[in-house]
Amino acid sequence: MKTSTPLPTKTTATTIRINTRRRVADRGFTLAVIACGVLAVIPLLSVVWTTVSKGLGRIDVAFFTQSMRGITDAGGGALHAIMGTLLITCAATLVAVPIAIGSALWLVEYADNATTPAIKTLARTVRTVIDVMAGIPSIVAGLFVYAVIALTVGPGYRSGLAGAFALVIIMVPVVERSGEEVLARVPAELHEAALALGVPKWRVILKVVLPTALPGLVSTLLLGVSRIVGETAPLLLVAGFTDSMNYDLTSGRMVSLPVYVYSQWQNKGVDAAAYDARAWSAALVLLLGVVLLHTLARLIVRGRKQ
Amino acid sequence: MTIAIEKLNAYYGELHAVAGVNMVIPERAVTALIGPSGCGKSTLLRCINRMHEIVPGASVVGSVRLDTADLYAPDADPVAVRARVGMVFQRPNPFPTMSIAENVLAGFRLRGERLSRSEAETKAEQALRSANLWDEVKDRLKSAGTSLSGGQQQRLCIARALASKPDVILMDEPCSALDPASTQAIEELLDTLRIEHTVVIVTHNLSQAARVADRVAFMATIGAGDGGHLIEYGTAQQMFHDPVQPATQDYIAGRFG
Ligand SMILES: Nc1ncnc2c1ncn2[C@@H]1O[C@H](COP(=O)(O)OP(=O)(O)OP(=O)(O)O)[C@@H](O)[C@H]1O
Ligand SMILES: [Mg+2]
Repeated sequence: MKTSTPLPTKTTATTIRINTRRRVADRGFTLAVIACGVLAVIPLLSVVWTTVSKGLGRIDVAFFTQSMRGITDAGGGALHAIMGTLLITCAATLVAVPIAIGSALWLVEYADNATTPAIKTLARTVRTVIDVMAGIPSIVAGLFVYAVIALTVGPGYRSGLAGAFALVIIMVPVVERSGEEVLARVPAELHEAALALGVPKWRVILKVVLPTALPGLVSTLLLGVSRIVGETAPLLLVAGFTDSMNYDLTSGRMVSLPVYVYSQWQNKGVDAAAYDARAWSAALVLLLGVVLLHTLARLIVRGRKQ
Repeated sequence: MTIAIEKLNAYYGELHAVAGVNMVIPERAVTALIGPSGCGKSTLLRCINRMHEIVPGASVVGSVRLDTADLYAPDADPVAVRARVGMVFQRPNPFPTMSIAENVLAGFRLRGERLSRSEAETKAEQALRSANLWDEVKDRLKSAGTSLSGGQQQRLCIARALASKPDVILMDEPCSALDPASTQAIEELLDTLRIEHTVVIVTHNLSQAARVADRVAFMATIGAGDGGHLIEYGTAQQMFHDPVQPATQDYIAGRFG
């Protein structure tokens, strides 16, 4: 019987068997990938859930309108920490982003096309410095700023601005590297198209490269902000801690949300539960702030596109 | 506007890409550059609007004149040269951040030349009409340039080049990424462009060269590392039916390249 089986049928049977096996493998792989994805999301969801459930307790008016001045048990708020985070993060971003995007632009648009040995060496040096900066632990960045301040202004000086400078050291390499990638992805054809229309190179960068890269640059900015907004150690070192409001970046201790969380946790008073509740609520505010920032940025980019 | 190329040599670093080309490209005509891959056609074309030198390490020796203006004179500004010469690339490259109308007027906008609203409208319409694209896009001028088909995008790029009123238009294999219908649309367009412009087109498609070109230049490398030479240059009629050089004969007959 076997020998009399026509060849085409046999081929078809083999084909079908292979297909079945392939489909099983395909399914299995798909499931494995999905499982990995779920596995990766579980810790994240758990963190979010814990923060939300424990943090909602102190989301009240007082929390957003009061500082901790004179508070030793329940009550009080985190307005001073929210303001501190806003001010310090904005200041750090305002300093870090121009430096980072500027050097990314210089590297991608000028240095990489240069033939002069001096410029090539300089570009290599800049890249090495940035790589080293990226490897600096944030506490070391804080210590560095602390040392510089101790040597110049005096060892007791604390300010939001000093904290911002420590964050600049952390933020620049993150934004620079990601910015470089984003800028390098702008197609060379667009450069050529613009140059061939008789547009000077600097205008090509301003009017073609930057707008084309904008969505990516916004992500880069968010990456940088997300990187620094939760920093605690360097701020503790150079911005210090306070229970009171301080709107002045240039002088006086200034507390940020992560430092607030830390200090609430660390220095509990008699009513420990009140301190815990404030710590969780501050963490929740930080989390919501980051989510809000991402949403806003997405909306801005989308709005510009259409 | 006549293009006079004299003793032109182009290099990529040490690599000699174009070797000692002399040719006069007449105005109000389509001139095709043909030849095997790597013989320096694109390089020669890009010397005519000083785009060659944007490649790091690239250099040019010799002269190119548009009528009397020497493009490689020491005081000649490459940016100004490029504004006077239009260029169309192999792959359509509209600006993705700009609408159709903005793409057409991109030259003005990017150079920072202000146009009044009515001026802008007239210029955009004129350019789109000259590029045979107006009827297809007149109702969607505000949609993204990249929302058009490949063939339409290429005509948009032609319109963008035409909007700045160049005397010379350079095209580097403008149809090689397009389907037959779009190719035909562009070939028909060339027929009207030749009325007012000096058109230089690089093509690998010999029947296209035969259809659209008034004059044909055949380039080839002679020895290894020697760069592309201009082997033969004449009217399309002569080049396709009565080529003098054996290399040209072989190439036209499809025997090499
Ligand atoms: N950007 C570049 N850097 C270095 N060498 C290049 C570059 N562009 C082209 N070349 C070299 O210069 C020579 C001529 O290239 P060119 O692009 O002008 O040829 P072509 O005739 O246009 O070829 P094709 O028909 O394939 O487009 C080739 O040897 C090529 O390898
Ligand atoms: Mg080419």
